[in-house]
Amino acid sequence: MAHQIIFFVLALIIAIFSILAVTSKRIIRSATYLLFVLLSTAGLYLLLGYNYLFAVQIAVYAGGVMVLFIFAILLTNKPGENLKTELPVRRVVAGATAVAGLAFCAHIIYWNIKKVTVLVEQADLTPQQLGHSLMGTDKYQYLLPFETISILLLACIVGAIMIARRR
Amino acid sequence: MDILNNILAGQVPMELYLGVSLIMFFAGVYGFLSRRSMLMILISIELMLNAADLNFVTFNRYLFPGQLEGFYFALFTIAIAACETAVAIAIIINIYRNLSSVEVGNLDQMKE
Repeated sequence: MAHQIIFFVLALIIAIFSILAVTSKRIIRSATYLLFVLLSTAGLYLLLGYNYLFAVQIAVYAGGVMVLFIFAILLTNKPGENLKTELPVRRVVAGATAVAGLAFCAHIIYWNIKKVTVLVEQADLTPQQLGHSLMGTDKYQYLLPFETISILLLACIVGAIMIARRR
Repeated sequence: MDILNNILAGQVPMELYLGVSLIMFFAGVYGFLSRRSMLMILISIELMLNAADLNFVTFNRYLFPGQLEGFYFALFTIAIAACETAVAIAIIINIYRNLSSVEVGNLDQMKE
């Protein structure tokens, strides 16, 4: 029972704060609401049994990305100024698009996936298992994407410094 | 009614996880279309990417327990999202330095 109660609390937090994050008038508040959404998502990963993904989500998203966001907001925002939104017509169109897409996808999910409800027990993911599957080239091993990500990160560091540097 | 019975029987059904990520994703779509500030658009993109991650992990856990494809996809998506945010924020700061504003409507002034 505790499992369900935790799930519903986290789901409610995600639903409320993700909507508040995109409708809030002040951008620093939006960033804070986004932080709550990211932390609750980390909680859902923990509930699903992926402890490593929980740690990565907290460290990378809630730590690194949020610090970047807050830096950027403090550097670019004039204090005391509310955000402008698009014209009312555009906002209505955006809301209608979002609601229509939501209804469509919810219909598809409800009618197709309601057979799958069993959460099979699985053993905890050990660090050995993780290390072996990240450091091999066989089937179900991921050395190539791992190295590609490292090159991408290097390119991003160099690119971000080059772009943001003062000339 | 099936959903309610399953919840009372001690299981969180899969479609509730998918519903949570659905709400997150379409909140992101709304923010992407209705905001002018580039930072708000970036926040909406983060919401959408996060919803996609949650979907990958949910499908992996419910449909293919014992395998790790969705897990690694979510892991690599988080890394790519961090890269993308870093570069996008560098671009936004550069634009702010040139135009003193981060609204998308002003971006065509960059041509001059």
